Amino acid sequence: MRLQLSPEMEAFREEMRTFFTTQVPQEIRDTVAARRHVSKEQYVETQRVLNAAGLAVPHWPVEWGGQDWTPLQRHIWREEMQLACVPEPLAFNASMIGPVIAAFGTQEQKEKFLPATANLDIWWCQGFSEPDAGSDLASLRTTAVRDGDDWVVNGQKTWTTLGQHADWIFCLVRTDPTAEKKQRGISMLVFPMDTPGVTLRPIELIDGSHEVNEVFFEDVRVPAENLVGEENQGWTIAKFLLGNERVGIARVGATKRLLAQAKEFAREITVDGRPLADDPRTAARIAEVENELLALELTALRVVATSADGKPHPASSVLKLRGSELQQAATELIVDIAGPLSLASFADGGSEVPGWARVATPEYLNYRKVSIYGGSNEVQRTIIAGTILGL
Amino acid sequence: MDFTFDNEQNDLREAVRGLLERAYGSVEQRRAAVAQEPGFDEKTWARLAEMGVLGLPFAEEDGGMGAGPIEVAIVAEEIGRVLAPEPFVEAVVLAGGLVAAVGTAAQRAEVLGPLAEGGSVLAAALAEPGSRWSAAASAVTAAQAGDGWALTGVKEPVLAGARADVLVVSAAIAGETAGGTALFVVRGDAEGLTRTGYRTHDGTRAASVRFDGTPAELLGEGTGDRTAEVERVLALARIAYSAEAVGAMDTALRTTAGYLKTRKQFGVTLNRFQALTFRAADMYVSLELARSTALWAAMVADAGGDVVAAADRARLQTSRAGRHIGKEAIQLHGGIGVTAEYSVGHYTSRLTAIDHVLGDGEWALGRLAGRVTDHETVDPLGAPYTAAG
Repeated sequence: MRLQLSPEMEAFREEMRTFFTTQVPQEIRDTVAARRHVSKEQYVETQRVLNAAGLAVPHWPVEWGGQDWTPLQRHIWREEMQLACVPEPLAFNASMIGPVIAAFGTQEQKEKFLPATANLDIWWCQGFSEPDAGSDLASLRTTAVRDGDDWVVNGQKTWTTLGQHADWIFCLVRTDPTAEKKQRGISMLVFPMDTPGVTLRPIELIDGSHEVNEVFFEDVRVPAENLVGEENQGWTIAKFLLGNERVGIARVGATKRLLAQAKEFAREITVDGRPLADDPRTAARIAEVENELLALELTALRVVATSADGKPHPASSVLKLRGSELQQAATELIVDIAGPLSLASFADGGSEVPGWARVATPEYLNYRKVSIYGGSNEVQRTIIAGTILGL
Repeated sequence: MDFTFDNEQNDLREAVRGLLERAYGSVEQRRAAVAQEPGFDEKTWARLAEMGVLGLPFAEEDGGMGAGPIEVAIVAEEIGRVLAPEPFVEAVVLAGGLVAAVGTAAQRAEVLGPLAEGGSVLAAALAEPGSRWSAAASAVTAAQAGDGWALTGVKEPVLAGARADVLVVSAAIAGETAGGTALFVVRGDAEGLTRTGYRTHDGTRAASVRFDGTPAELLGEGTGDRTAEVERVLALARIAYSAEAVGAMDTALRTTAGYLKTRKQFGVTLNRFQALTFRAADMYVSLELARSTALWAAMVADAGGDVVAAADRARLQTSRAGRHIGKEAIQLHGGIGVTAEYSVGHYTSRLTAIDHVLGDGEWALGRLAGRVTDHETVDPLGAPYTAAG
């Protein structure tokens, strides 16, 4: 048992902190800090800065640009990135399709896709969920039928995040509708978003943002070589991918930043001549979320410190569940601190309301998503009850 | 940073678990022990002494084992796991801890040696009726009497206070040197000492302790204010209680999960009802978050960091978790959960007791809220939680 980081890890943390706060353009970090919209160009620029320094995809195999890091190093990397308001490497590239191609792809696919994926030369989007296949992903109905050297894809995907920026899509499709178990007839295909027959339609969200899309496929012809892994092995790949997706999903660093901002905002608001931060009930609410966040961070540290053998620590399922709840609690806190100012959501020039108060409610509403995506919190409870408690 | 126990620590856990499993492996054994005075099993106490557990945190020259807060947490968690009624945290961590923190070398050897050997039970008399969770004393006063001191006033509730051979008492210095809290040692057979013992709801014992010009020995040199030292030892005891609570919560959850798998209603076992399994999953989340925080607080104590702040954080987290898990464990069992013959209700009762001995969650939250704007963010691996940080 030892609380302190080793001198090597202290140095590593310092190195990460220095890099993120000096090498990523200030304007981009300011955008994240102010919780404003991060543009496609800003994502791309950041990821290329990171990639040039070997910091975009450290969890990939070393030969494809990864780093031979311990789970603790990866944890520090991610936390420091979030604390420094650096937009994280695009999850669809760095956490999802990259590791999948590295693990299941052919040598040709690896060479073609991995360097471009790490550098965000290709922007990927995810074609998993469908209107009738959400948490029950294996019910997906988009089909791919073999026709000569091509697969012909028909169907519809939804919740395709940032699909409007995407160059390519990785897609789960049903290749064997007769399989006894629905999980067994699924494969993964990748193809460009400008392939004839692909149509993207934006979905407007309650915060007014355009973040997710529907994607329709009508006789989309995909060359056979764009199958990732073996035919009908798609479910294995999906499970592998979703397992990776949950890594780092606790987002402790990001929530820490929100809480630090909440304290600052509470000092700016005055109630009966005194700062709101001095109100005991407000202070208690902040302190309670802060303590919950500490408990989550410590659990994440326990998990990274004891899952070196590759097997996930049982407590890791807590991270997504509680991590999403605390992200939501922090955004809710900021709305409440803003109070009536939170109504000025779409105020433009000529408004006295500070930017943080304007974005407070849209973000709070937007963050309802975090307990839904990446395996909804009800799915997480099912996992905990089933695999950990044996119920 | 290393969150794993070493071999010696694992051995300690195995040894203590083995001993306590033999003593309290079934709920009947514990019920039998707490039904009789002094509310715990003297033989088990003696065995814990033989194992070195009762001298665990004290320096070797004081008759102890020279171990640290991590080892204390390991023992406390095992105590909580079976609800062993022996007053380990009360006598060793709290009362013994006060002597270790303040006593002279001679006093430490004289009081802690017999405690470690099992020959003497200690109790800390800090609580005063009408006030709560204060490190400073006010209702019991100390006045100089000849070469020594005499105490007057009432302490209550004093855990294990009727059985204790030696009381460690906090008192406000009266007269010219007024203004501070000092610590005193009072022998169980002292004149002018009246102790009225009673059962507490969790099966253990407490007492009302009345001092009426009772002779007392001042702990340590001089009459300087000891509030800061008391606060620090209270923090160590809160951290140990957090570990004890984690042990109790762990058993309460495992017992509940086991019950859901075997109890049948509507022709199926209860684990077929998602309304119940989801609540068990939430109990697991509470438990693991509390476990992380309790372990961390012990590591902060071990690292020489700000133990008072860490203890408040562990207290808040384990208080919330203890209430959640304790209440849900009963509810998920149904009626059997509130019966004395079944184990799980006793766990809830003990968790409730732990919550109120040295400060509950709301109390800890109040203290944390008062400091919340002193820092931008919390870094569990940095200052003030690591001494060097």
